[in-house]
Amino acid sequence: MAKNKQGGLFMGFFRVGIFGFGGGPSSIPLVHKEVVEHYKWMSDEEFSDVLALGNAMPGPIATKMAGYIGYRVGGVLGMINAVFATTFPSVVAMIVMLMALNAYRDVAWVNGMSQAVVPVVGVMLAVLTWDFVKKSKSALGWGSAVALILGSFVLLEMAGLHPALLILGILLYALIFGGKRGAKA
Amino acid sequence: MIYWEIFLAFFIPGILGYGGGPASIPLVENEVVDRYGWMTTQEFSEVLALGNSLPGPIATKMAGYIGYAEGGILGAGVALFATIAPSLILMIVLLGLIMKYKDSPRVKKMSTLVRPTIAVLLGVMTWGFFADAIEATGTVQTVVLAAISFVLLERFKVHPAFVIAGALVYGAVFLG
Repeated sequence: MAKNKQGGLFMGFFRVGIFGFGGGPSSIPLVHKEVVEHYKWMSDEEFSDVLALGNAMPGPIATKMAGYIGYRVGGVLGMINAVFATTFPSVVAMIVMLMALNAYRDVAWVNGMSQAVVPVVGVMLAVLTWDFVKKSKSALGWGSAVALILGSFVLLEMAGLHPALLILGILLYALIFGGKRGAKA
Repeated sequence: MIYWEIFLAFFIPGILGYGGGPASIPLVENEVVDRYGWMTTQEFSEVLALGNSLPGPIATKMAGYIGYAEGGILGAGVALFATIAPSLILMIVLLGLIMKYKDSPRVKKMSTLVRPTIAVLLGVMTWGFFADAIEATGTVQTVVLAAISFVLLERFKVHPAFVIAGALVYGAVFLG
């Protein structure tokens, strides 16, 4: 039975890792399909609690969910198993493809390929940026969102503050003072 | 020494990347390009582009590849461990506690207040990518490529993998 569980964890999260195009967040519905619908390891409510909790904590979402669900279903071995199945296939594919690309770096058409991709990534990042701005606005209102954006910009780009220090400062502020003014969230 | 640097370079984005893997992209860039100088912005953008066109979580794909490029198999292992382990252990250990307070305004406020800063980090990076593209391929090519990929990605919801594959073919044929 234990073996069966480990096999299920591996297959379930392997499918999540190999079909989740577009980064960790896009694999959330796939995790839901495997964990709630296919293997029935969790109810819908439990799953949404795990997702909410995962979103409130730092770090990549896909591996947090895989690790936690693996731990719940199969202990420490299950945790390692699920994280491995989620990350390993895509990391290997990435290393193999980039090594191939590097071997032909000086060939003109390969050079053209890597140049043409930069604006596309620019667009994807711009869309993601706008997404964060919109979410900030809907949670904080335009006034506070713009003030925080401008403040962060000045501190990071003009004063050269390390992003880690700024993020830590904001988190501490929210932890200490967030209780009083956070009612609307 | 290099393994310790790899650990730190991915530990910091792993522990501060609120909002999932994509939120940690600018933090990874800050460490890998600005602090340790392991890659140029151009190289980083290739890793990011290819990473986005492959399946699976983006944070671990970048960590695995960059760790491998700097420190071989062991480097890849160290980078993956640094990216995954701290936040995962935190999640498991603090589960009961945060579950109890998950509706607390403090916990909600943390992710709300951090979002504008992440937007700035992403915005600055976006600007860097366009500046690089204009320098390497010229304004016209950059604007045309950006406009076409925007329409395909956002209006027609074409999967990023296909748009990137298209850009690779375009680059090989017309920019080579």
